[in-house]
Amino acid sequence: MRYSYFPGCSLKGTGKAYEESLLPVLKALDIEVHELEDWNCCGATAYMAVDESAALKLSARNLAIAEKAKDEVLAPCSACYLVLRKTQKYIQEYPKVGGEVRQALQNAGLEYSGNVEVKHPLDILVNKVGLDAIKKRVKKPLTGLKVATYYGCQIVRPYSAFDNQARPVAMDKLMEALGATVVHYPLKTRCCGGSLTGTISDVGLRLVYILLKEARKNGADIITTLCPLCQFNLDAFQDQIKSRYDDVTTPVVYFTQLMGLAFGIPESELGLKRNIVPAEPALAGKV
Amino acid sequence: MSPFKQQIRYESQRDLRFADEIMATPGCEDLGGCIQCGTCSGVCPLSIYMDHTPRNIINLARAGFKDDVLTSNTIWLCASCYHCTVECPKSIKITDIMYALKQRAIKDGVYRRGIPIPVLAREFFNMVRRNGRVTENWLATILYLKTDWLAMLKMGGLGLKLIRTGRFSFTMDHIEGREQLRKLLEPSSNNNTSASQGAKQ
Amino acid sequence: MSHHDHEQKNGTHGAEEVRIGVYVCHCGSNIASMVDVEAVAKFAKDLPGVVLSRDYKYMCSDPGQELIAQDIKEHKLNRIVVAACSPLLHEHTFRNATKRAGLNPYFMHMVSIREHASWVHTDRAACTIKAKEILHGAIARVALHKALEKAKVDVNPAVLVVGGGIAGIHSALTLANAGKKVYLVERDATIGGHMARFDKTFPTMDCAACILTPKMSAVRSHPNITLWTWSEVVKVDGYVGNFKVKVKRNPRYINEDLCVGCMECIKACVFKEPKFTDEFNQGLSKRKPVYIPFPQAVPPVVVVDPATCLKLKTGKCKQTCVEACGERKAFDFEQKEKFEEIQVGTVIVSTGFKTVDPHKLPLYGYGIHPEVYTALEIERLINASGPTGGHLVTKKHEEPKSVAIIHCVGSRDEHTNKWCSRVCCMYSLKLAHMIKAHTKAQVYNFYIDMRAAGKGYEEFYNRVLEEGVNFVRGRVAEVTDWAMTPEEEGRLVLRVEDTLAGFVRRIPADMVILATGLEPQPDAQDVRRMFNMSCSTEGFFLERHPKLAPVNTPTDGIFLAGACQGPKDIPDTVAQAGAAAAEALALIDKGHVEIEPNTAFVVEEECSGCKTCISMCPYTAITRDEVKKKAVINPAMCKGCGTCVAACPSGSIRQNLFEDVQVLTEIEEVLVRES
Repeated sequence: MRYSYFPGCSLKGTGKAYEESLLPVLKALDIEVHELEDWNCCGATAYMAVDESAALKLSARNLAIAEKAKDEVLAPCSACYLVLRKTQKYIQEYPKVGGEVRQALQNAGLEYSGNVEVKHPLDILVNKVGLDAIKKRVKKPLTGLKVATYYGCQIVRPYSAFDNQARPVAMDKLMEALGATVVHYPLKTRCCGGSLTGTISDVGLRLVYILLKEARKNGADIITTLCPLCQFNLDAFQDQIKSRYDDVTTPVVYFTQLMGLAFGIPESELGLKRNIVPAEPALAGKV
Repeated sequence: MSPFKQQIRYESQRDLRFADEIMATPGCEDLGGCIQCGTCSGVCPLSIYMDHTPRNIINLARAGFKDDVLTSNTIWLCASCYHCTVECPKSIKITDIMYALKQRAIKDGVYRRGIPIPVLAREFFNMVRRNGRVTENWLATILYLKTDWLAMLKMGGLGLKLIRTGRFSFTMDHIEGREQLRKLLEPSSNNNTSASQGAKQ
Repeated sequence: MSHHDHEQKNGTHGAEEVRIGVYVCHCGSNIASMVDVEAVAKFAKDLPGVVLSRDYKYMCSDPGQELIAQDIKEHKLNRIVVAACSPLLHEHTFRNATKRAGLNPYFMHMVSIREHASWVHTDRAACTIKAKEILHGAIARVALHKALEKAKVDVNPAVLVVGGGIAGIHSALTLANAGKKVYLVERDATIGGHMARFDKTFPTMDCAACILTPKMSAVRSHPNITLWTWSEVVKVDGYVGNFKVKVKRNPRYINEDLCVGCMECIKACVFKEPKFTDEFNQGLSKRKPVYIPFPQAVPPVVVVDPATCLKLKTGKCKQTCVEACGERKAFDFEQKEKFEEIQVGTVIVSTGFKTVDPHKLPLYGYGIHPEVYTALEIERLINASGPTGGHLVTKKHEEPKSVAIIHCVGSRDEHTNKWCSRVCCMYSLKLAHMIKAHTKAQVYNFYIDMRAAGKGYEEFYNRVLEEGVNFVRGRVAEVTDWAMTPEEEGRLVLRVEDTLAGFVRRIPADMVILATGLEPQPDAQDVRRMFNMSCSTEGFFLERHPKLAPVNTPTDGIFLAGACQGPKDIPDTVAQAGAAAAEALALIDKGHVEIEPNTAFVVEEECSGCKTCISMCPYTAITRDEVKKKAVINPAMCKGCGTCVAACPSGSIRQNLFEDVQVLTEIEEVLVRES
């Protein structure tokens, strides 16, 4: 299996740990990835807020590059995943803007004819590699580790290509395959607030507080995420939340980090030291 | 000044083209079919902070009360979680409508001062146009410099933590194909940073 | 026959001289505003065979029709052409006028210069030319018309009613009381349908069983009604007045004539405790393998479930049931399915509806949170003969402090059903009223629009408003167990925007009731194919005309009644059932049906027996005479669609009123450019 890897800006910045844990996990499962050549920012939510046509054009450059590279695209960041898929859809469904985008691509010497598949690593791992193959690689099962699986919004909405939209279970099943216990978590897909934590903190922090509180309440030792912005939001503001509201301190890791630990990959290679709220105390004795 | 302000609205205050202009943006065509059920507001995690709930924004937009809509904090609080879009029984893509309204507010220059999001969007837009990628902490720094110096001091602690954990990028990331990107984005970049072609599709 | 036939061009047809009267209608200003009707009439005067040509303001009026009649007598006309509105509206009017004057009505041909000309063009000059061309074609055609007679087919006075809910019951009783023989076929073990499962009915709060069971008893004891429950229609052949129907009688393993409904067998069953899902109580209670759906079931006969009965599954059982039955000897474990063949003249389809599966709305948590119910489940809970004896309690047998009723579940929703299910607002108000009356719970109704359009309905809404039920105008976004405040702990929480107030609310509830909408039965497509009916895009059976023919179907002799045609309440269902019975009675009373003669016929000498036409016929009107090896068309079933006429490779099928020479001549003359 070979994929074009689209990291997105976050995975090279605040979300470094995601890349650091994803790549060795994929390697351990014999999945070959190569970074998409000279990829650009997908535009996330900000670009669309300014100019729809420009946002689609920006995102289309990545699709053109990916089409040339021929492999399916692996996009770990939920926002990139959504934007790439939305661009594909809108170019096709809205002929006028689709024409504008194609014209712009042509002006830049690029071409896109609609032959790109964009996938999320969770999809590949659970549905293509399969839980059995993953279970076989588990050397240190996460027995006794109580995990709250937090999906966030953009991986299931508006396009849920591989999981139940209202109650996704892919990451839950994955965690169970690693030996962990998945706790009940009714806020699995509730928005973390995106860029609001840094801009309108009154609102953003409260959203994060609610997410952390409910995970704690349901007995979670640790929260797993699959989106770099969610991880950042849930991880980086816990001291501010403690002083504003309550102490709901809970470590937040990427699901790939837990996979790596279960596979026996050394902690130092999984970016765990990048957590602002240290994960070691929760993992101690369980891994 | 009388404390009793007139709340009445006259037909002359409606912008009758506003609804059509929004509906012309790809994704926003179904605005007219809203039955005002309120599901969007009910699922929205941000609706409790908005001055007009998402349902009311659709109502006001459809009726052409443009200023109410564009000066509301609703459109800037929308985090694009798409829950409203997925749950709407009339399949209205409310998130896309929020984007269209954001675009229009920036284009018309009527966005609320004091809310940093439009500035964030614009700075993000500029950084990507120039470099092809975003370097998050630099974006955040520019944002605080342009909106709220005090906030930057509060965020200083976070900044240090990010440096400590190696999540802070000291250099600006960029792509090789910057010229190619410029050519790609050319028509829209002609309209300046606050440009929007959206409303005129 | 060549359409260049010289004789016809001269206005003669065979030996008889053709004398055509032409009438061009103004239709007020509908035609006259865009067509120069005088010019068109004048133009027609000079065409071959035309004796007179008039224009008139309203041809369909009495004087207009009189004009035709008079002219026929005075000028000895033998062909009439009327150029006016669409034949769909007034063809029969002018045919009748022609007939009254003693001329065969099929010598009258009508063409539309309204829908085909004046209503669809804006250039008066061009429009007038078009009207002339249309008329020219009509005049050439009518010269070739032949005299035709309507066929008469007898109507069998027996009626089949499919589905024994309130609609079927009412139709059956109406027809039986009129002295007609009725077969009432019901799939379930008892008649009564959904109404038998309700507790009270809105707005009068009549007990559903109390008003329904007398009718059910009447059905049972009526000498004219043959009631077959636990049975299904499997095949329908024939045509209006003459249907041949095959009914499958599923085995109850009980001899219906011998069982007296004492229910001793149920008490004696080897299963001491009921173990299996009780479908009647919506799965909220259990039954034994031998059971009766509910105490007032009609027929009052038990039924044995082969999937759970030990004797039927394994062959090994003490059969204490048979023992308890004793001398009556009603059990028959050898019973097999039986097929009955009946002949009826008309059929009334009243197969009812099903409710929306609430699993389709995952955010409401049905099947995940135990205290989320459907309205039908609650009907059973509050019913005195239901699983809790009429007490509204949670699954933990606690009284709820707060009950929420969510309207529009699976209705007005593009993710499930787009339509409004019409009855849910009212039954939600009814449930609110009853829960308020019988418990101390706070009741909340969450609605989008309050639909209370029937007689006494708005008044009932007012009553419930005054009883202090909490009304929140807002579609509930989700039902969750995520608690944010101490009052929400351990309870379900509804998050909803109170749209009238303009803010979002979180409301805890101990029981949540989903007002699930109505949709077509899952096998609606199979049923409609069997009866040669259509379905609308929503999947309900299609009526012939939504306003003017709500109980007829495009197939003569098949009628619709009740919710299978569209969601409706009990008063409308009963009204429709009466209407369907009346339509059937009208046919039966007349005794025969007249068939329009525009049917296809096979010229036997030319038929090669290739069988192409047989599978083509959408009305299964063509069969093969195995002796002669020729196709035979049943004129009573033929609808004159023309498919076989076009498909026949040897051209041996012709159609009355649409013979090749008639159609081709009309086309030829229409194409002649006028000025």
